[in-house]
Amino acid sequence: MTTTRPAADTTPSPPIPDSAESPMWTSRLRRAWLAKLPPDKLLPDRQPAYVASWIYVFGVLTLAAFLVIVVSGLALAFAGPAWYHTSSLGHFTNSLHFWSVQLFFVFMVIHLWGKFWMAAWRGRRAMTWITGVVAFLASIGTAFTGYLMQTNFDSQWISFEAKDGLNAVGIGAFFNVTNLGQVLLLHACLLPLVVGAIVVWHVLLVRRHGVVPPIDAVPVTQPADTIGDPEVPR
Amino acid sequence: MTTRHSKAGNGSDVALQEWRGPWRRYDIVKEGVIAVVVVSILTLLLAGIFSSPDEPQLTFQGWATSAPDNFYATAVQELAGTSESAGYGPPYNTAADGVAVGPIAPQQWFGVTHPVDPPNDFVLTPLRSQQQSADVTAALAAWDSATADQQISWASDYDSALTDAGGDLTQLAPGDYGPVPVLAQGLTDMATSGALDGVLTARGAFYQTDATPQILFLGDGSYLDDAATAAHLQGNTWGMMNETGSYPGQAWLWLYSFWYQIPTFNSDNPDDYLTSHADALIFYIMAVLSLALLLLPFIPGLRSIPRWIPIHRLIWRDYYRRQARP
Repeated sequence: MTTTRPAADTTPSPPIPDSAESPMWTSRLRRAWLAKLPPDKLLPDRQPAYVASWIYVFGVLTLAAFLVIVVSGLALAFAGPAWYHTSSLGHFTNSLHFWSVQLFFVFMVIHLWGKFWMAAWRGRRAMTWITGVVAFLASIGTAFTGYLMQTNFDSQWISFEAKDGLNAVGIGAFFNVTNLGQVLLLHACLLPLVVGAIVVWHVLLVRRHGVVPPIDAVPVTQPADTIGDPEVPR
Repeated sequence: MTTRHSKAGNGSDVALQEWRGPWRRYDIVKEGVIAVVVVSILTLLLAGIFSSPDEPQLTFQGWATSAPDNFYATAVQELAGTSESAGYGPPYNTAADGVAVGPIAPQQWFGVTHPVDPPNDFVLTPLRSQQQSADVTAALAAWDSATADQQISWASDYDSALTDAGGDLTQLAPGDYGPVPVLAQGLTDMATSGALDGVLTARGAFYQTDATPQILFLGDGSYLDDAATAAHLQGNTWGMMNETGSYPGQAWLWLYSFWYQIPTFNSDNPDDYLTSHADALIFYIMAVLSLALLLLPFIPGLRSIPRWIPIHRLIWRDYYRRQARP
């Protein structure tokens, strides 16, 4: 038995525009992203030679502590809010969460002070500073809800005291610190997402604009494509 | 070649441009991995060595057992409407106007959003929810059959008499207190047995996630306050940033806590304007300071501090040393 294949469609298809000029939304988004944040800026393998101080370590240490907070927090969230009162493993996990938060704030505050003394907002980096401060303030709010949801004496006292401050300015009408359910969901769900999103935005801005040069830095005519100290051609 | 110097805070040509000076090798992924490992190890060590605080929660049973007179007196205050929560105002009830700083009165604007009725929520409803002794049952019936004015009269008179007697029931002046003493004793007995903890938590429901009534009631007496004083957690002793035991607390709230240490906001006279409005005023101060921190790059003077105090010369000492070379 013979079968007849359908004749191939020989009608020429319309040319697909080169992605460099494609009007597709996806192409446009990719072009815009790459223009602002090319791979060598997003994941750099070199830094200006002036980036040579221990103060620069505290930004990445803050991020690392945030990661430990999220991981230990996920374990606590999975097991439920009362787990750490009754289980030694739960208590240890809570200790990891507690100390990673302490480290997070130590690193973050040192990072913040470092950036202040560098006047790191120079050169169109104001939004980098602003997102950093917002991340700091949002982190304080997140930590506060963590203290409120401990379901122990500490949370009883903190919620009793804090309600007055928030009620006096009207916030208490919407954010009830003595409502465990509200506090729990804010701490374990909404606020970590907010902090995480702001931190990602902050880091992307840092990568886009680069590390601020020293105050009174002198313009140089050296080619940009050299690696200094030791100076190695790129 | 021109050598224009940058102006901290005003932007600079160098800060605006792509860096054209010397570079150094930098492995961002390796740095990130090392940071995660170091912080993880540090956290494990701190958690393993120092553990973490977890003081058990206070209960109404503990309160009624260790301080029955205070619990009894607080129950009377709830009926009389003289407790802190009974006279609080928004967002719990309309017993007071709420704090206003000049025309700014958000506590009043938003009104009652978490209604709490202390006489009923803390005393009468819990008593009615359980099978009671004959005298308590009769006292509840007497209370229910009385007018509102009569109820307040009984409770207020008894509250005053109890205060005058220093809480000592044997020194109580005789008077018409109606069913109030029996109701207060009934609630004290209920708390001592542990039943009140369950009743206040569940409030007739199976699931319950809002602890507002319990926290307010607990705070109306001296039990919670005394425990906080013993743990150095009072607001006027930096309690906002302290933690139970010897653990670090919310140290990042030091500036917020600082204002509460100033006598202006913490006087012995509760009618003093700054003291009675301290919560709102301090919040507004902190809001302004936070806004200033946020907008620092745009505030003349403040943004120039890093230039005036040259700590940056330590941070970039290698760079400046190279610049100084002939």
